[in-house]
Amino acid sequence: MIEEKFDAIVVGAGPSGNAAAYTMAREGLNVLQIERGEYSGSKNVQGAILYADALEKIIPDFREDAPLERHVIEQRMWMMDDKSHTGAHYRSEDFNEEKPNRYTILRAQFDKWFSSKVREAGALVLFETTVTELVKDLSGQVIGVRTDRQGSPIMANVVILAEGVNGLVGQRSGLRDEVSPDSVALAVKEMHFLPRETIEARFNLTGNEGVVIEAMGTITRGMTGTGFLYTNEESISVGIGCIVSDFAESDVTPNELLEAFKNHPSIKPLLAGSECKEYAAHLIPEGGYRAIPRLTGPGWIVVGDAGQFVNAVHREGSNLAMTTGRVAAETVVALTRKREPMTAAALKDYEKRLEQTFVMKDLKKYQGIPALLHARKGAFFGAYPRLVSQAMQTWFRVDGTDKKSKEQAIYRNFRETRTLWGMLGDAFNLVRAWR
Amino acid sequence: MSNAVTAPRAKVEEKLFQNRYLVDAGRPHIKVRPHDVPSASLLAMITLCPAGCYTTTESGQVEVAADGCLECGTCRIVTRKTGEIEWNYPRGGFGVLYKFG
Repeated sequence: MIEEKFDAIVVGAGPSGNAAAYTMAREGLNVLQIERGEYSGSKNVQGAILYADALEKIIPDFREDAPLERHVIEQRMWMMDDKSHTGAHYRSEDFNEEKPNRYTILRAQFDKWFSSKVREAGALVLFETTVTELVKDLSGQVIGVRTDRQGSPIMANVVILAEGVNGLVGQRSGLRDEVSPDSVALAVKEMHFLPRETIEARFNLTGNEGVVIEAMGTITRGMTGTGFLYTNEESISVGIGCIVSDFAESDVTPNELLEAFKNHPSIKPLLAGSECKEYAAHLIPEGGYRAIPRLTGPGWIVVGDAGQFVNAVHREGSNLAMTTGRVAAETVVALTRKREPMTAAALKDYEKRLEQTFVMKDLKKYQGIPALLHARKGAFFGAYPRLVSQAMQTWFRVDGTDKKSKEQAIYRNFRETRTLWGMLGDAFNLVRAWR
Repeated sequence: MSNAVTAPRAKVEEKLFQNRYLVDAGRPHIKVRPHDVPSASLLAMITLCPAGCYTTTESGQVEVAADGCLECGTCRIVTRKTGEIEWNYPRGGFGVLYKFG
């Protein structure tokens, strides 16, 4: 069907694939991008927060026409037990800046916009086409792809795999192992619509200001996971996710967990009167640095979720996706200009470049956290949130008990639940993994 | 649509009605391989599948009806070692079409 040979083929049109295709096309490379969905975004699910910095490095003036929902002026971090939440909130007028730092977005709309930029930059984009396998020459060099459309394979000097967490092409071609159930989270999410005035009154917002709530605690019933609630212009994204291997051992369905979260007394009033218009599910790579697969080989590069590029501690992913896509593209542009072949050794340059970015630095910094939270999930997602809530209630309830006795009661409660050594050990391990 | 918040434990089937799908009739993208006794991993999918696509038959085998599939890939990953599921992406353009994502 397509006879010409491309400088590069990009598999997938999410944030990493769009960043890669845009960067290469803008630099004059002959780029083909292949997406299985009807449009870019039709298969993509995210919370979703857009981090401006990663996109500014690709499209500096994106604010002029990108579909953005609200800029985030307030972050709420909640530790929840069954009836309460203990929160740390940070809200600042500084976030009402000329070029805000974080925005809520709706991925189906945002990705469609990003994809239009890719086409404007000159890339050819094939939608409704699924890449089925990589084509290799006798030496093992990847030289193109086959798709589910009729016709001969499509050839290119390099293939950038931006195929997402379920990257079938790379896995089936033996480029990387299957994802392990303990290094991905299954998240379910709903879109709840409300008039924008209602959202603004309910969350104390003006204009396009937005609030983000990240929550952990007994809401995940002892499983490693988190819940979230983000304000969009006229809707609220609400969801919850847990590590798949935890879910597999549990009797609760993802839908039941989400329903319970939505009906939590701290969440329910925020959603009251809303109309749900979509129910989505998606896997999130959460294994961190230790789960990163091989990223380059002869004629291929892996970017985005397919490379496990998610910072689970900070709930960042799309910025890592866009950055890895951009850096992969810059690597390919440099090699193309030098007329160098896309050998495994040459493409290693992508990994060297990534080491210099926040992507690898952050993932390395937190490499011990996913395993620790998973190993001690009973404490971090059960015992401690309960203890904190009980301590808060003891402290704030005025009932004639003297404060000294209250302090002793709180201390006793902690000691009865966890040994001193157990708590010190958890604290020590958490600090050590964090550093 | 009814307000999901005031109706606790909204059924997953009702939620899927909110979504857009283009079903590739007669070409399911997920198949359970014929089996006598399902593994624990395959059985786990009955509660784990976020779209509730998996059910058991009267004789104890696990079946899948993938029309409401959200294409998360959980079942593929959970059964990767037992090989009981054949999982492919739907043909280009088919399957779930997220309006908001």
